[in-house]
Order: sequence, then C-alpha cells, then structure tokens
Amino acid sequence: MCVGIPAQVVEILPAERKMAVVEVEGVRREVSIVMVLDDGVQVGDWVLLHVGFAMSVIDEDEARSQLDFMRMLGEAYEEELEAFSAPVPGAEPTA
Amino acid sequence: MKFVSEFRDPEAAKILIAEIEELAADQPARKFMEACGGHTHAIYRHGIESLLPESIEMVHGPGCPVCVIPMGRIDDAISIAEQDGVTMCCFGDLMRVPGGSSTLLEAKAKGADIRVVYSPLDALAIAENEPDRNVVFFAVGFETTAPSTAITVMQARERNVENFSIFCNHVTIVPPMKAILDSPGMELDGFLGPGHVSTVIGTGPYQFVSREYGLPLVTTGFEPVDILQGVAMLLRQLAEGRAEVENQYKRVVRDSGNPAALRMLGEVFELRPHFEWRGLGFIAQSALSLRDEFAGFDAEKHFALPGVRVADPKACQCGEVLKGAIRPWECKVFGTACTPETPIGTCMVSSEGACAAYFNYGRFRAKKRIPVTST
Repeated sequence: MCVGIPAQVVEILPAERKMAVVEVEGVRREVSIVMVLDDGVQVGDWVLLHVGFAMSVIDEDEARSQLDFMRMLGEAYEEELEAFSAPVPGAEPTA
Repeated sequence: MKFVSEFRDPEAAKILIAEIEELAADQPARKFMEACGGHTHAIYRHGIESLLPESIEMVHGPGCPVCVIPMGRIDDAISIAEQDGVTMCCFGDLMRVPGGSSTLLEAKAKGADIRVVYSPLDALAIAENEPDRNVVFFAVGFETTAPSTAITVMQARERNVENFSIFCNHVTIVPPMKAILDSPGMELDGFLGPGHVSTVIGTGPYQFVSREYGLPLVTTGFEPVDILQGVAMLLRQLAEGRAEVENQYKRVVRDSGNPAALRMLGEVFELRPHFEWRGLGFIAQSALSLRDEFAGFDAEKHFALPGVRVADPKACQCGEVLKGAIRPWECKVFGTACTPETPIGTCMVSSEGACAAYFNYGRFRAKKRIPVTST
C-alpha cells in the first residue's frame, strides 16, 4: 500500500479545490495536488500518486521507470489499479 | 545472467555487478538492511540476492506499514466498526490482517459496515454523502501516507464534516530503524534508505545513522539498477572508510523532502509517547496522533476501545523477520501453516511483506545462488 504509481495530469480543476484529474493506464480520477502546488504542476506533467494524492512531479522517463516497477509488482499493482479505478463515492465517473 | 537480461538497462547492471564484486572482494562479509517494502519486493522479484556476491546479505527490515500493526489495534478497529451507525473505511490490504480473534473481512461478513477505499478523501466523501453514518477512516502508513490523512482531516475541518473521524495508526520510519540498530546481536553494515518515504521527509532524518552509529545509508530507487547502485555506493563508502547519507534516488527524492507535506504533518499530528509495533514491541515517539485542535476528528476520543494488548501467535516469528534476525523461510510456519491465503502473521498478509514477497518469488531461489561472471 506504500506504493506510488505514475499518473499524468490531464486537467487542473478550479484553483480553490487544489485537485486535478489524472490518468493511470487509461483510467481517470480526481486527485489532490496540495503537496505539489509549490512545484507548479501543469497539465501534461507526470506525478507520483499515492492514495489519491500527487506526492511529487517526476519526468516522463522516471514515470516510465516507475511504471515498469509497478508492473513488475504484479498483484500489488493490480490491487492498486483496482482501487484507483473504483468509483469515487458520490461522484460521477470522470472517464 | 538470466535476470539481468530482463532489466531495463542490462549493460549498466553488468557494470554495477562487476563493481560490487570488486569492492566486496576486499571487504569482510556485509549485511545491509532495506527498510522499504517496495525494495524487498523488487529484490525478490528480480532475484537480486542471487546476483550479489555471497559475502553480501540483504536483510529485510520493517518497511511494510501493514506488517507492523499489532493485533490489538486490529481488534480496536473491529470494535469501532461493530458499533451502531459506524461505517469503517480502510485500504484493501488491511482487510485480511489477523487481529486477536478475527479480521476486518470476517467482521464485515458478520454485518459490520466496513468499506475499502482508495483514498482517505473517499472516506471523507462517504461521510459527506451519508450524514447519518459515523464514518471512521482506519489510517495506517509511514510518512508517505500520513500527509494524505493530515490533508483530509484539514479538509474535514474546513467543511465542518462532523460525522468523520480518524483511527490513527500512522508510524514514523526513524524510531524503528534506531530500535533495530539497538537490538542485541544486530550487526548491520549499512542501510538502503526507503524511496517514497524519503520524498516526504528528505534525507536529513537519516543523519543519525552515520552520526550516531557510524554506518552508511543510501536512499535508493526501485529499479534493479537502482538497488545495485545503492549497494555499490554502500560498499564504496565502506571501502573508503566513510559513513554518510547519500541519495541515489535524486531524480525523485529531494534532500529537503516535501516542505508542504511536512508542514501539514506538523500542523495536524504530534508524536505519541510510545506505540506498539508488531514484533518490535513498544517504541518511544514512533507514531502519530491527532493534535488537540483536531480532537473532534480523533476516533480514539469518540469510542471506548478495548485497547487490549494481544500477544502474537506463538508459532509466528514475524518479529524476528521484521528485525532481520531470521529470514522468511527460516520461520517455523512459513509456507506451511502460514501462506498468503491463510496468513498467521502480518508479513505474509501484505504483498509488500517480506514473507509474502519471498513466498511469491523467492522460495525456489533461496539456496541456489546463480554464479555471475563479470569478465
């Protein structure tokens, strides 16, 4: 559960919400960008995502490296993806 | 070289393995601990131990936050979940962790409203959508996860969500490292520092490893080449008589960590005087609780908890595994009574646990080291 998954930012939501829509393996979800606001996170950036929070902005090469690592984890990554893909309580699906 | 060819950068791996062999040849046997579940997983999955010289032993530390939760805290969570009107939310890998008498999964089957969520924000959303439910988030994790709980609690306060609280079990990485270094008979020669925890706390908190214990620590990434490079950097420090905190994982880990996350951690949490760790016992100032300003969101203040300390099952040697005193397969019940399907101990429950990782990947490689020729 302590794993970070690489996600690409596809939309920054209104500033006061401090949220963004990110995509992981074709699935989209709203996540918090509170921790990376100081890094000036933008659409198209890759972030390391952990339990619904962008932890750090990473470059594309690092995102690929993290993705390879996650795919290597197999079951643990599948569980993480399944959790990521689960509908957000009370929200309309974003994808 | 069966596994090296599968790496992203096999040439770099070969060069590193050669360097490690050369450095190790001039040194006594070395024991390095990795204190991160992700590293444990990667080491087993890639058979990295079989690529290292026999004189180098990797010891798998308490890097999996699910694995260190004592059984009594699971019982406390179940007791909260069983109360009328309560909806308990938790991450999926907590569901099968054995408590003193049952698991959250079993409690759910008996009718408790226990829901798996991806994020603490989802638990908050449930509380907002279902104001008649008393929603409790079972918070676990090291400094990687704790900021997300802190931010969620701050949002709950901003939005006046009164039916939301946290059962806080967040722990910190440095005190157990100290406890392990202080445990009798534990002779480590260095650490591979955790990756994702360090994105939050930076490298500063590890300085005690070099200053107080005179050992090197290298914060390391998760690719096989990262881990090999981390090992090479540790060996190089030892060869040169240095004991420093180095950062191999600079592309993600900043030495100063994530200041925003640290600020929010400090605002919401304070250190508990002590906290019990599975297998390691009570460790002073090793866990977080909500500050008084956030007492309204503290489930421990809302609910009467049994708070009973439950001894680990006699057959279970998770504590010894977590301390690196024995290897997973040396546990009496490993792979027989204790398997990922029917875990006795926490190290077998989470896929990041040393036992589960070893059960899934390593058990056929344990005694068979693959000779590596570097010339």
